Amino acid sequence: MANKIRTALEAIAGLQDGMTIMVAGFMGTGTPEILMDAIIEKGVKHLTVICNDGGLPRGWYSDYDTPRGTGKLLEAGVIDHIIASHVGLTPLVGQGIIDDTMECTLVPQGSLVEKIRANNFGLGGVLTPTGVGTIAAEGKMQIEIDGKMYLLEKPLRADYSLCRASVCDEFGNFLCNKTTKNFNYLMAGAADHNIIATERLVKAGELDPDTFQHSGVLVDMIVEGEKPWQI
Amino acid sequence: MADLKIRIAKRCAKEFKDGYVANLGIGLPTMVSSFLPEGVHITLQSENGFTGLEGACERGEEDSEIINAGGGYVKVSPRVNYFDSATSFGIIRGGHVDATVLGALEVDEKGNLANWIIPGKMYAGMGGAMDLVTGAREVVIAMLHQQLNKKTGVSKPKILKECTLPLTALGVVNIIVTEMCVIEVTKVGLVLTELHPDYTLEEVVAATEAHLIVSPDLKPYDITE
Repeated sequence: MANKIRTALEAIAGLQDGMTIMVAGFMGTGTPEILMDAIIEKGVKHLTVICNDGGLPRGWYSDYDTPRGTGKLLEAGVIDHIIASHVGLTPLVGQGIIDDTMECTLVPQGSLVEKIRANNFGLGGVLTPTGVGTIAAEGKMQIEIDGKMYLLEKPLRADYSLCRASVCDEFGNFLCNKTTKNFNYLMAGAADHNIIATERLVKAGELDPDTFQHSGVLVDMIVEGEKPWQI
Repeated sequence: MADLKIRIAKRCAKEFKDGYVANLGIGLPTMVSSFLPEGVHITLQSENGFTGLEGACERGEEDSEIINAGGGYVKVSPRVNYFDSATSFGIIRGGHVDATVLGALEVDEKGNLANWIIPGKMYAGMGGAMDLVTGAREVVIAMLHQQLNKKTGVSKPKILKECTLPLTALGVVNIIVTEMCVIEVTKVGLVLTELHPDYTLEEVVAATEAHLIVSPDLKPYDITE
């Protein structure tokens, strides 16, 4: 069996300036923090980042003075283009747009999910009623099915997907606890290279296979060392 | 102001039937679950990925793996179920959420809703709002009747003939609950169904730009249990 275990820096060794990455998580919860740290340590820049939101800015938790999730990438200034559903918690995006240092594409959250899922699972796109008659419809094909209007939302591709598991086996079968699931079960497999950072790594067969909620077939590389978030 | 918001939340709560699955927006809409009529039990959905939301956590009770869609740490009910974002928005878009309560910047005569962006002022993103109002079976708008400009002290209508701000969705609003009245969105226009005793019909009409059809069955605004 191919060995998928890597250090964080080994896993992103092929990540180059200007590439597109998907980062799982919802306001930092379920985001692989050790991979965010590795990107900053490696020093890649001009990334396009597909994520739900801009993570959490420094100072969100008064007693924990660090940004969280994609908020780390925003603070480090390595994002040229963010594709997200909500960036209101992170003034750095609004400032980046005003300063013309950053581009932001807003996508309704349910459509963002489906664009990622479409790329993962071989679909040419998804038809959704969400966004019909709004700014979100601009530039998109509209298709009427049985008298109801839908927008064609095309797949979103990426060079890397960065996901976070609570438990992962050495093949990459994984599970995410509670509300850390969010985009992790959609992004894993959706990019050309798919990395899981996990809190706990177990041997194949060590746990009941039904423990795992998602397939290791979708995972190319596994990094150990993700920590529970300290409130 | 706080009393008026409680009044609105209490009236919205009366829209809920026992067994409803609901999604409540941040702020005033969140208060609605505190005022459910006796015998009405609902299941709250949180669009980041679960059903069975109970309420905010006390300091020290937090579980770092359980947040709501506003990023706050929350408590969950024994029947909680966690899922990924595709399932969460499938539940929303697929009509499995009975009702959503949200605030609004503007609502118009066709039930069009604007509540996510003020060009040049507010740059946040629609998040899950467009999906929620498109997918939920009943969309309840809970808001103060007019927008108060804090600098000038002048209030202006938020219930308009036609929305001026970028829309969240077309024709999705079912009912508007303000401190003054309850308005139902129908095929023929906005129908005033309940009037709060603190206001006259003329005051409500003056505070509303849209044409109001007064229901022949106009009732007093009812928040009694």
